[in-house]
Amino acid sequence: MAKEFKTIKTEIRLPYELAYGATWTRFFEGMENEIIYGTKCSKCGRVLVPARSFCPRCFVDTDEWVETAQEGVLTAWSYVNYKYFGQPIEPPFIGALIRLDGTDVDFLHLIGGFDLSDFDLVRKTVKNGMRVKAAWSNERKGHILDLKYFEPV
Amino acid sequence: MGRPVAIIGVGQTNHGRRMDVCYPDLVREAVVRVYEETGLNPDDIDGVVSGTMPSMMEGVALTHFYFADAMKAGGKPILKTETCGSTGVSIAHTAYYWISSGMADLILAVGHEKMNEGDSQATMTTVAEPFYQRYFIAGAPGVFSMQSQMWSVRYGLEEEKVRDAAAFISVTHHDSAFDNPYAHIKMQVTMEDVKTSRVITYPVRLLDVCPNSDGACAVLFASDKMVKKLGLDKVAWVKGVGYRGEEYYFGDSDKAVWQSAVEAARQAYDMAGIKDPRKELDVAEVYNPFTFQEMMFYECFGFCGLGEAPDLVLKGTFARNGELPCDPSGGTLCTNPIGATGLIRTAEAALQVMGKAGDHQIPGAKTALSHAMGGVDQFNGIMIVGSEL
Ligand SMILES: [Zn+2]
Repeated sequence: MAKEFKTIKTEIRLPYELAYGATWTRFFEGMENEIIYGTKCSKCGRVLVPARSFCPRCFVDTDEWVETAQEGVLTAWSYVNYKYFGQPIEPPFIGALIRLDGTDVDFLHLIGGFDLSDFDLVRKTVKNGMRVKAAWSNERKGHILDLKYFEPV
Repeated sequence: MGRPVAIIGVGQTNHGRRMDVCYPDLVREAVVRVYEETGLNPDDIDGVVSGTMPSMMEGVALTHFYFADAMKAGGKPILKTETCGSTGVSIAHTAYYWISSGMADLILAVGHEKMNEGDSQATMTTVAEPFYQRYFIAGAPGVFSMQSQMWSVRYGLEEEKVRDAAAFISVTHHDSAFDNPYAHIKMQVTMEDVKTSRVITYPVRLLDVCPNSDGACAVLFASDKMVKKLGLDKVAWVKGVGYRGEEYYFGDSDKAVWQSAVEAARQAYDMAGIKDPRKELDVAEVYNPFTFQEMMFYECFGFCGLGEAPDLVLKGTFARNGELPCDPSGGTLCTNPIGATGLIRTAEAALQVMGKAGDHQIPGAKTALSHAMGGVDQFNGIMIVGSEL
């Protein structure tokens, strides 16, 4: 029989105040007003969302702001059915990649607005390529979850 | 190209839930074993490189400081390499670069993790910033499941077939783990068990996922000059290395054909002079925390064409007695102390070409590929080893 050894329970809590800078500040002001902002790269022409201060491929500043469509198509999804410490969203939920109309990258967010309790039902109804549109929270505070999720059109 | 470099010895802990040891003692267990294996001692070493994924997994921020004694690194050059899940292969690369450059002849590489001491998925979400991506990545299973979901739809793969192939991978790797004395999960599972286990992150179910393991791996790398000086004949020569990273935002690049995996493999193949990997490799240790994702790697590494993996898996092409055996150690699926895992892949590849893999030896293996990946679908690293210089 293996001997039981002692353990110590501990935790680390550290306060941070992270700077958004100009681009994220404007992006989150958009969230508060039910607007999804992207920025367009003057060199490769891609519309990037969420808005960036620079294009990660061309490495040039992106100062052309675009109000993106609120609709798009689902390009990938995963039904999350497990818990971890500090998880910001209660499972089950569906993490998803959404290609908003007129943009050139996938936007990582959630899909929802339908019954998630039965996984087999979800698997039958959720399909890549299906059209989804933004659903907004009534109480918005300049946060990524002001956009509740994307729901099937 | 720099000087030739070889792996001359490997030490692994018994991986598992190791609440019988504190973290430094776990690290030392692997280090002591590699010295026992090679007959060398810490005085012989020119430098030490170690790493974890990320350090805060166990709540101590600077592990190469914490483990300086356990690695007997006092008075020596010390480095830390950290690239999320690919940390282990990056540690191997660091040791390789260090010796190949001519700056050292003998380097100790150590990877380690004690996953049971924290909340692994909560820790992993901290690799993303807390204003956007952290909300949605849902630990490692969240992003990697989305990736395999995208892949199966892209190639129009029939859901049932992909599901069966993933279950087949789970069954065969779990079987293989019984032949690896250091593996964590030793459990017989059936196709039915896998397919009816609980959904974690669709399409991934519980038996498609790796465990949380505690473990460490120590590997000694030597220059050709040192190999000669020590009179060693069974070593694993580094034939090729490749590494690629991708952009930060998950949605910015295509994940169904994972370019960092494709390019990392291509770089390593070019260096090793490999043109047809399925024929020229004798064994591969693919980093496979998720069964579905393992099939994508077969395709990205050119083991087969895009969308072909499930059929070949079900034919047994990548099984222990198949054309290109993958993960005869049981792989990451059965043992995952993350900071060590990539280095365990390289260590297992080295053991195979040295003919020292014991009960999971692939007979006559001469060339082996090892791989690790990580980040929010961001990093891929490869090291190819061979029995001949
Ligand atoms: Zn651009």
